[in-house]
Amino acid sequence: MAARGTEESPVTKWVLIGIALAFSFVFLLLPLVNVFVQALAHGLVHYWKSLAQPDSLAAIRLTLLVAAITVPLNMLFGLAAAWAIAKFEFPGKPVLVTVIDLPFSVSPVVAGLMFVVLFGLQGFFGTWLNAHHLKIIFAVPGIVLATVFVTFPFVARELIPVMQATGTEQEQAALTLGANGWQTFWHVTLPSVKWGLIYGIILCNARAMGEFGAVSVVSGHISGQTETMPLRVETLYQGATDASAAAAFAVASLLALLALVTLGIKTFLEWRQARAEKLIAGERS
Amino acid sequence: MVRKTFRVLPGFGLTMGFTLCYLSAIVLIPFAGLVVRTLELSWADFWHLATTDRALAAYRLTFGASLVAAVANALFGTLLAWVLVRYEFPGRRFIDAMVDFPFALPTAVAGLTLANLFAANGWLGRHLVPLGIKGAFTPLGVVIALTFVGLPFVVRTLQPVLQNLEREVEEAAATLGAGRLRTFVAVIAPALLPAVLTGFALAFARAIGEYGSIVFISGNLPFKTEIAPYLIVMRLEEYDYTSAIALAVVLLVFSFLLLGVINLLEHWSSRFQE
Repeated sequence: MAARGTEESPVTKWVLIGIALAFSFVFLLLPLVNVFVQALAHGLVHYWKSLAQPDSLAAIRLTLLVAAITVPLNMLFGLAAAWAIAKFEFPGKPVLVTVIDLPFSVSPVVAGLMFVVLFGLQGFFGTWLNAHHLKIIFAVPGIVLATVFVTFPFVARELIPVMQATGTEQEQAALTLGANGWQTFWHVTLPSVKWGLIYGIILCNARAMGEFGAVSVVSGHISGQTETMPLRVETLYQGATDASAAAAFAVASLLALLALVTLGIKTFLEWRQARAEKLIAGERS
Repeated sequence: MVRKTFRVLPGFGLTMGFTLCYLSAIVLIPFAGLVVRTLELSWADFWHLATTDRALAAYRLTFGASLVAAVANALFGTLLAWVLVRYEFPGRRFIDAMVDFPFALPTAVAGLTLANLFAANGWLGRHLVPLGIKGAFTPLGVVIALTFVGLPFVVRTLQPVLQNLEREVEEAAATLGAGRLRTFVAVIAPALLPAVLTGFALAFARAIGEYGSIVFISGNLPFKTEIAPYLIVMRLEEYDYTSAIALAVVLLVFSFLLLGVINLLEHWSSRFQE
């Protein structure tokens, strides 16, 4: 019946829901569940042994190290860029915002290539680096640089709109009351953008720990030395035996867990945000 | 009268200075390096390196598979966004949260698990391969991986638009005697189009550069299942920097063109909503 003309018939509705559920099942749920099932396919003991292999442990350590350098750097940049862009007017602002977002439109492989062109043996600084026995490409500094590049915009792009929305009145009030610049930043600005900052940081961290393409180009894939967790997954997968496939899934399961935790925090932050907006809307009416 | 421009808040010089230095070190100088190396090539050399038969086959697969995946994302993404915004059903909030899963999951893990699912003995491949549908080590595998990676774009672009859509317009159409299908085609679909196109373009752009999820599932056979980013990696492993740069420039130019299109679409989309 088309009596209630703004709703679909129950049949249409449930067919649409059915397709959506089937699609989500195949493309979202199965890939996730499969990671854990395959990781445990040879039992818990094999799972722990795969993770405890010296090269896998080294990969875990390297991934944590890379994230521990990358995330604070890009957080610092995000805060500085957001302060300059959101609190001041200057010519060329739209261009700056576009350039900050640029790394997101570059293929990870091309991003890695850029650093090879700069620091590789045939690169601009290759001969000089070699003469001074410094290694960037096929070493940890290159991995860090490539990761910083691909995760560059995350914090800044979350913070800019939040800082713009809060305006400058509160900071001005604090300064008028005698606070200095740092005090104003710590006690007024930072608390007001706290949640946006956390949001940016968890997205930046997830990408930093999971980056594959850019890191793969600059790493050299030396097991135990320049292999991050995603690269370790690839090496184990290429082992082509059942046991090494299960080991690849074991390392992958840690990364999948990271994705789930990231998703959980993200959902919580969005839920918080929606509730805050509802409260504000409620107060206004 | 002395007109003095007075900045109330402190720290502009410091933060702007740091921003520009950091931006230069991480983004601008690496970009410049690539541009300088490209300009050192003559046009004839560049053209020769960028259009070898193997490169052309790789572009065809990259752009073709990305296009198919983006179309699939536009269709299923629209359906998913519609169902999530308009209907109540068990598991709705869970699926809503899971839509971002492909963003959060490292691409290598996505490639690994999809390759395993669609392999001949995998959960899906076991049923699909006997039917002749081979998802692993085929161009179809590339499409599957790219569909997974691009899934959130259309849904997340469309959801806010659907939520803000005024139901009164639909009621007016119904009052005027339009059936539900006609209302959808004539009233709802045109309002959604800019957002769907934006999501489509975002998914397409992401797919062009994608590497991690594909290397696991495609098998990387030259002329058959080799994507352009993989060919760049191959050239680099042969220390053939110039070829790698030529291929990279083609991808970059295309990405930037798409970025321009996306900005135009977003502009159009925001005007549409007012």
